[in-house]
Amino acid sequence: MKQTFAIGIGGAAGQGVATPGDIFAKIFSRRGLHLNAYNAYQSIIRGGHTFLTIRTGLEKVTNMGDRVDLLIPLNQDAMDRHLGLLSHGAACIYNSDTIKPGVGAEGVQLCPLPVAKLADITRNKVAQNTLAVGAGLNMMGIGFPALREVLAEQFKKKGEAIVSENVDIARAGYDYATTNFRPFAWPLPMTGKSYAVLSGNIAMAMGGAAAGVKFYCAYPMSPATGVLHWMAAHARKAGIMVRQVEDEIGVVNMAIGAAHAGVRSMCATSGGGFALMSEGLGLSAMMETPVVVIDCQRAGPSTGVPTKTEQGDLWQMLGAAFGDYPRVLAAPLDIGDCFKIIPEIFNIADRFQCPGIVLCDLLLSEGRLSVDPKDLDFVPVIDRGELITTASSGPNGDGVYKRYKITESGVSPRAVPGVPGYTHTAASDEHDEDGVLISDEFTNSTKRRAMMEKRMRKVAGIEVAVPPPELWGPRDADITLIGWGSTKGVIEEACEILTEQGISANQLQIRWLVPLHGDAILDILKCARRTIIVENNYSGQFARYLRSETSFVPDGYIRKYDGEPFMPHHIVEAVKEQLIGKSKLSVPAHEILV
Amino acid sequence: MVTAPAATNHVALADLRGKVDPDWCPGCGDFGVLAAVQKALVELRIPNHNVVTISGIGCSSNFPGFINTYGMHTLHGRALAVATGVKLANHDLTVLVTGGDGDGFGIGGNHFVHSMRRNVDLLYIVMDNQIYGLTTGQTSPTSRVGMKTKSMPFGNIEAPVNPISLALAAGATFVARGFSAEQKHLTGLIKQGILHKGFSFLDVFSPCVTYNHDNTYQWFRPRMKKLEDDPAYDHADWMAAMGKSLLWDEEIPIGKFFERTDVPTLHGAEPVLNAGPLAHADTRIPVDVTQAFVEELM
Repeated sequence: MKQTFAIGIGGAAGQGVATPGDIFAKIFSRRGLHLNAYNAYQSIIRGGHTFLTIRTGLEKVTNMGDRVDLLIPLNQDAMDRHLGLLSHGAACIYNSDTIKPGVGAEGVQLCPLPVAKLADITRNKVAQNTLAVGAGLNMMGIGFPALREVLAEQFKKKGEAIVSENVDIARAGYDYATTNFRPFAWPLPMTGKSYAVLSGNIAMAMGGAAAGVKFYCAYPMSPATGVLHWMAAHARKAGIMVRQVEDEIGVVNMAIGAAHAGVRSMCATSGGGFALMSEGLGLSAMMETPVVVIDCQRAGPSTGVPTKTEQGDLWQMLGAAFGDYPRVLAAPLDIGDCFKIIPEIFNIADRFQCPGIVLCDLLLSEGRLSVDPKDLDFVPVIDRGELITTASSGPNGDGVYKRYKITESGVSPRAVPGVPGYTHTAASDEHDEDGVLISDEFTNSTKRRAMMEKRMRKVAGIEVAVPPPELWGPRDADITLIGWGSTKGVIEEACEILTEQGISANQLQIRWLVPLHGDAILDILKCARRTIIVENNYSGQFARYLRSETSFVPDGYIRKYDGEPFMPHHIVEAVKEQLIGKSKLSVPAHEILV
Repeated sequence: MVTAPAATNHVALADLRGKVDPDWCPGCGDFGVLAAVQKALVELRIPNHNVVTISGIGCSSNFPGFINTYGMHTLHGRALAVATGVKLANHDLTVLVTGGDGDGFGIGGNHFVHSMRRNVDLLYIVMDNQIYGLTTGQTSPTSRVGMKTKSMPFGNIEAPVNPISLALAAGATFVARGFSAEQKHLTGLIKQGILHKGFSFLDVFSPCVTYNHDNTYQWFRPRMKKLEDDPAYDHADWMAAMGKSLLWDEEIPIGKFFERTDVPTLHGAEPVLNAGPLAHADTRIPVDVTQAFVEELM
């Protein structure tokens, strides 16, 4: 098993859970350690309960893991909820002035901090947090200068006095731990590397910038708002027009307008906003104007649980907008992939002049991951497809430009407004090659059929452009776990644990959902001994989709729809339960109470 | 809306004829609006490839197909949102939005209000016939109280929206009303609306000869009073414009109600566009900028 170390910080919203989290993340990533952070929170600005997990290690950390090594409860509630998560070798650092410890398991070190003695709490309201960070880092075997450096950056804007006050408090915590607490068994190592730490939302926004997006608009909606925030903050440097629009109907139509005028255009929302956008997707398809829409799934239906994760929007994506039309649908596999997938899907949307949908979820959107800066490629391949932007380019030989010319590929060269000699009207009504409506006076079933077939021929091209999925792990494994999108990391770790325990496992993770490459999937699965589909929803949306496309029925299902992501042991235990024939459908319970 | 057109640009009326002739009912008010728009573009010498005509859905929204400019015939109610995207991606284009009262004030009401407060630089022409025509005659947001239609056979009990007052309240920087039978007057308003830098709203009475038997040419003609005929009327006076907007029944003003030129346009207010239209911008971001983006995260 890979060695990792996980910290859990719990408290009320507004108590400052995020800041110690940021500090740990910075220190770890600068030591060349990988990390994964996930914040379980509630839709409340002050109060309630929030629990942040940061897990670090030498190799890639793909999920929150199963174990908390250090618990920092910022209030009694957090202590009461989470102390039971700790097992042998773990520790809990807490403010002994205000928090009563519970009874920890055997081998759990309780580390009381006499906060009022160590810091002036009348001056510094978050002294307990800073003291705990100092003490914790000491126990992890990390030297104080790393903390001093990060605190200096953190409080730079507030002036030198605030910086030194915080450094002094951190130092007091650090020194107190030296004499009072036992260090952890695994001192955190240091490598020569340094990683960027980013959320999926930032990754998708930066991926858009890398893809050449020049227009981004949105209506605020959790958990997609982070894309808007990055875009808005960096718009002027990146040369991107960013707008906040009155509703998601306006968003998608504005994005289509900008795309039609010739720029790459993107928007992001969650399931509810996406529902409002769906008619617009049909417009993009009918006018053959490419646009990329990101859906960051949260627990639905309706307003649902806005701060919780789910993979429950798949069928909405598959059925978005009425009528048949070519679309591309991709689910990023991890936060690094959130960056990479944007230029890829833009190239396909541009080449095939159709809408592209990125199906992300809260787990990736708001989670954070260490990424090697080399993997953030800001000069990816950009393929705008058959685009006419000047009067000299493109076919206009006969003097009559046909925007929707019937071609073998189904793709017709697209002239953008402003180019002399190519005036035409793009319509949401069915139209002929010239763009003339065939929905009223000139209704014509032969032409309608030809236009449908022209557009739908693009599907074959898209299938060639999108790679089929691959099986990871030994072909002859006992178990094949099938997942899609954000469950990649946790399934991967479950496979490792199962293999260590003598149950060999491999993984089929789906990234491109439309087109699905059903034949390639069947080729893989027909060799599998036992197949289980793992997904974060109630009804097995992907299992139903796979069955509808391929007739494939797996041996079992592991599902979770409580709003929280899978932890590796959820999958491991479910697989074992299914191997002994106890169940075909496992629904693991989430042990962390948030 | 446009930079001073080059004097050498010659656009003939014939150049602006669409691929097909309008299929509106004979006598429809929309013919007059189409003719006036074509005349205005010729007189302003704006090359047709620099114009994008954008509409929603409805009889009048078939407009882009009947004029030879770039065109977008979009979704019901969404023309202004699409048009905002077009203008922000390429502000060198002259953007005309055409549609009906149901499209603009009903299903598109939200975008109507927000586009005006944003001062998007475009001309929005509503062919207002106080009825839903393409769906064969139902009550519209501008139908009068008491009007009997297929959807309200016992008479409309809802108060109509006042498009002029609404536009003034929402912050439109150019607000005017025309009558499709007053060609010369209407053409003048369209030209002013195109030249105005900011959101130009032009409500045009465009009678539906098939489904609206209340608001006919005969009903409108005696009521039309041109604001230009009153030398004392000051279209810079917002309160006066609001007052005039409330007049109905015996005397209905047409003409320019209001114009102000001191409000920045949406595209003018955003420094990202200072370097020119985004449609012509380099897709790559300079390396030092992207490096800084990554360094922030380290």
